[in-house]
Amino acid sequence: MVGADEGGYTVMKRAIWRALSVLPLLFLLSGCVERTAVLNPQGPVARTQYDLIMWSIGFMLLIIVVVFTLFTVVLIRYREKPENADYEPPDEEGNTLLEIVWTAIPVLIVAALAVPTVKATFAFEKPPTDKVKPITIHVTAANWKWIFSYPEENIETVNYVHIPAGVPVRFKLTSVGPMNSFWVPELGGQKYAMDGMETELILQADKPGSYMGRSANFSGEKFTHMEFEVVAQKGDDFKQWVNEVKQTAPKLNENKYAKILEPGLVGRMTFSNTHLEWIDHAKQNSHHVERKSAGNHGNPDHDMAKDSHHHGE
Amino acid sequence: MKWSEFFVTGEPLIYAADVAIVLTMVGIVFVLTYFKKWKWIWNEWLTTVDHKKIGVMYIICAVLMLFRGGVDALLMRAQLTAPNMNFLDAQHYNEIFTTHGTIMILFMAMPFIIGLMNIVVPLQIGARDVAFPYLNALSFWLFFFGAMLFNISFVIGGSPDAGWTAYFPLAGNEFSPGVGNNYYAVSLQISGIGTLMTGINFLVTILKMRAPGMTLMRMPMFTWTILITCVLIVFAFPVLTVALALMTFDRLFDTQFFTMANGGMSMLWANLFWIWGHPEVYIVILPAFGIFSEIVSTFAQKRLFGYKAMVYSIVGIAFLSFIVWVHHFFTMGAGPEVNSVFSITTMAVAIPTGVKIFNWLFTLRKGKIRFTTAMLWSLAFIPNFVIGGVTGVMLAMAAADYQYHNSYFLIAHFHYVLIAGVVFACFAGLHYWYPKMFGHMLNERLGKWTFWLFMIGFNVCFFPMYFLGLMGMTRRMYTYSDGLGWTPLNVVATVGAVLMGIGFIVLCYNIYYSARYGERDMTGDPWNGRTLEWATASPPVHYNFPVTPIVDDLDAYWVMKKKQGGFQVKEEELKPIHMPSNSGRPFWISVAFFVAGFGLVFKWFALAIAGALFIVLGLILRSFENDDGYHIGVDEIKRTERAARKGA
Repeated sequence: MVGADEGGYTVMKRAIWRALSVLPLLFLLSGCVERTAVLNPQGPVARTQYDLIMWSIGFMLLIIVVVFTLFTVVLIRYREKPENADYEPPDEEGNTLLEIVWTAIPVLIVAALAVPTVKATFAFEKPPTDKVKPITIHVTAANWKWIFSYPEENIETVNYVHIPAGVPVRFKLTSVGPMNSFWVPELGGQKYAMDGMETELILQADKPGSYMGRSANFSGEKFTHMEFEVVAQKGDDFKQWVNEVKQTAPKLNENKYAKILEPGLVGRMTFSNTHLEWIDHAKQNSHHVERKSAGNHGNPDHDMAKDSHHHGE
Repeated sequence: MKWSEFFVTGEPLIYAADVAIVLTMVGIVFVLTYFKKWKWIWNEWLTTVDHKKIGVMYIICAVLMLFRGGVDALLMRAQLTAPNMNFLDAQHYNEIFTTHGTIMILFMAMPFIIGLMNIVVPLQIGARDVAFPYLNALSFWLFFFGAMLFNISFVIGGSPDAGWTAYFPLAGNEFSPGVGNNYYAVSLQISGIGTLMTGINFLVTILKMRAPGMTLMRMPMFTWTILITCVLIVFAFPVLTVALALMTFDRLFDTQFFTMANGGMSMLWANLFWIWGHPEVYIVILPAFGIFSEIVSTFAQKRLFGYKAMVYSIVGIAFLSFIVWVHHFFTMGAGPEVNSVFSITTMAVAIPTGVKIFNWLFTLRKGKIRFTTAMLWSLAFIPNFVIGGVTGVMLAMAAADYQYHNSYFLIAHFHYVLIAGVVFACFAGLHYWYPKMFGHMLNERLGKWTFWLFMIGFNVCFFPMYFLGLMGMTRRMYTYSDGLGWTPLNVVATVGAVLMGIGFIVLCYNIYYSARYGERDMTGDPWNGRTLEWATASPPVHYNFPVTPIVDDLDAYWVMKKKQGGFQVKEEELKPIHMPSNSGRPFWISVAFFVAGFGLVFKWFALAIAGALFIVLGLILRSFENDDGYHIGVDEIKRTERAARKGA
């Protein structure tokens, strides 16, 4: 069934594309497109989402046009007027054929939306390209700041993160307190950072630039200020930045780290080691410890993301 | 605890509210004493088991709560109008959006709908009251005291501030140590018990007390939606009861169900909350569909098109409502398989809903449409709800939802479905059934002013929010910085909110104006109605129908009017009518719930236990009570009927 839909889907897609190419003009009315972060994709993930959004907006506009037209015509034609004072509306019970039509068309529309949705949902679990080796960055949300740890480079930043452009980045998300959501709209959709859990979000920037990120999930008093900057750099620039940090940034120790975690706001910080040396918050909930010791998961490479997935079921 | 912590201090707004509350209470006591109305209010209202009076009390509370929730909304809009505003601080803003959400859903939308169903359903099915009138009174008073307990939080102890979803671990003791979230847990529990009993009550009422001849497939559409809603309540509310109980244990007795340590699982709360929360949304929207169906059919002067398809589609929506909850947190990382399944089930909701939209449109087609205020609200529902619906389908697409989640796009979507769906329905139903409740009409001219102000204001307020969401503005931000370009749309949204506020004021004025000068409905059937509630006087006598009507088709009263010129009652057919007695016990049992709840909120366990003992005492007294109600004699019925119908 998926295969059968495919042909029609691409043909229709092309036609709707053409019609939609004027759509961004509408958004100009409310501000420029660059400011409409979601509609200004700067990476493959955000672009897939943008395509999906535009694809769905096409169908939705179609539905709106049909319903609004019917609505207007009916209201004008069948309003009570002096001329139709004697008119007695017929008592219709319904019409099976019409019922089938307006059940079947939405079924087709849902199918046309479901296929690319499911495809994209699965695609986001893997890096957008397998030609480049992804880098891993651990992200820890705390009240009310973002901590970024680079395990391979052995450096750590607070409230900003540098990434190499054109390279998929595996953000491994966790939280020391309330649930937050890691969102960089120009690079792609969000995912929750939760205590005692590790979730993974893969993003990639096409080209060097600065992108705004923020927490999208309310986490207490100063949540509004949980913003961070994603700085995408050319591969060499990124390497140079890492080296600079290694040479110039101070070391982080447990005391200093505990201070950072205290509830409140902090500025940007940079360190030449990571807190992962002594604690990984993703593995802190004793729930997991118990499960492991009970022998439920013998695998030493036991992946916490899979574990959280398991609980989700 | 010190007294300075007991009362909320430090905010001029709070002091003003303190003064207003004291003045209102003194005013109520003064008016009741001066006009010697204490006895009247006790006998006629506080102890009543009459479904119509209980319905009216629900609606009065709902309108008051709409005011409270609306003021919260306006405060939020004021704060967000310009970047870096200092009108509210972060903490205050967090409390306000929490109470706004909780109040609007649980203490405004729910009681408004339950109020309308109390008034209308027994009349529509030709019954004299609900199946369990005493229980109905208890439901109302539990809701009332639950709502009161929630509302005093902002002057005593402090409001909850973890969002209406109260996600853990934020809502746990570690991050929310005050009493605010205790209020949330306990007051929702008390009113939730009331709602659960309402669900059972109306389920039994509709299944067992329909007039002879009214088969299920001859029930008015509003009654159908209430039947299905009751099924949803009966299945969904126990989940809330359990979730809130676990939350209460976590907060009061340091259990670890949802905490970060000792194996607690915060995601469990999110799941339990939305397993209740999603059906909850349909609990308020399905009756709204019923209200629109009644009104559209009445003012198109035509039978509802595709009645059977309408019934099947509400059953379908109700079924789907239990298998879509994960779409509230696609971003939790449950994996692509889970997200895909819930994506598709969620999009599937659009199919039966679309069927309903087209059936309404085809009910209008070939009709003779009268643009009354009630009809204007019902017509405006169609295009506005479609906008909310199609954006809901967009949100249902998991992969795209990662970009919309928790943004203003979501805020815009759910206000488009909840306001254009539920609030429009409440206003439509209020205008439509107002003569049935009070015996006079709401002024149409003022009604239309309310409609246009509110409807235009609503669009001006919420349409820009779709774009704010796409620009990256997330919900629950108390402010934003200047350079983001969000200011113009926020200003527009605030203007819209003010228009809605003005619309609400006109509505309140209309209620006052119509009480004094409004046209009196002497016919009982001011709209040329189709269903049995219009066969009674306006307002109906307390036993509703002198004899039980016989139903032989859908639109029972319409057919009666065609065949017999109306609902004919022969005096020789009258028989004594059995009615339930009033009781003050539901009121004071609920007071005991309030006292026990207040004790729990502050961990004053002696008070909580004392309150609980009174609750148990009330239950014991009730179970040994031997009150079979009373009978109204034929002579009295004759007298009442002649008096009620002399205008007709």
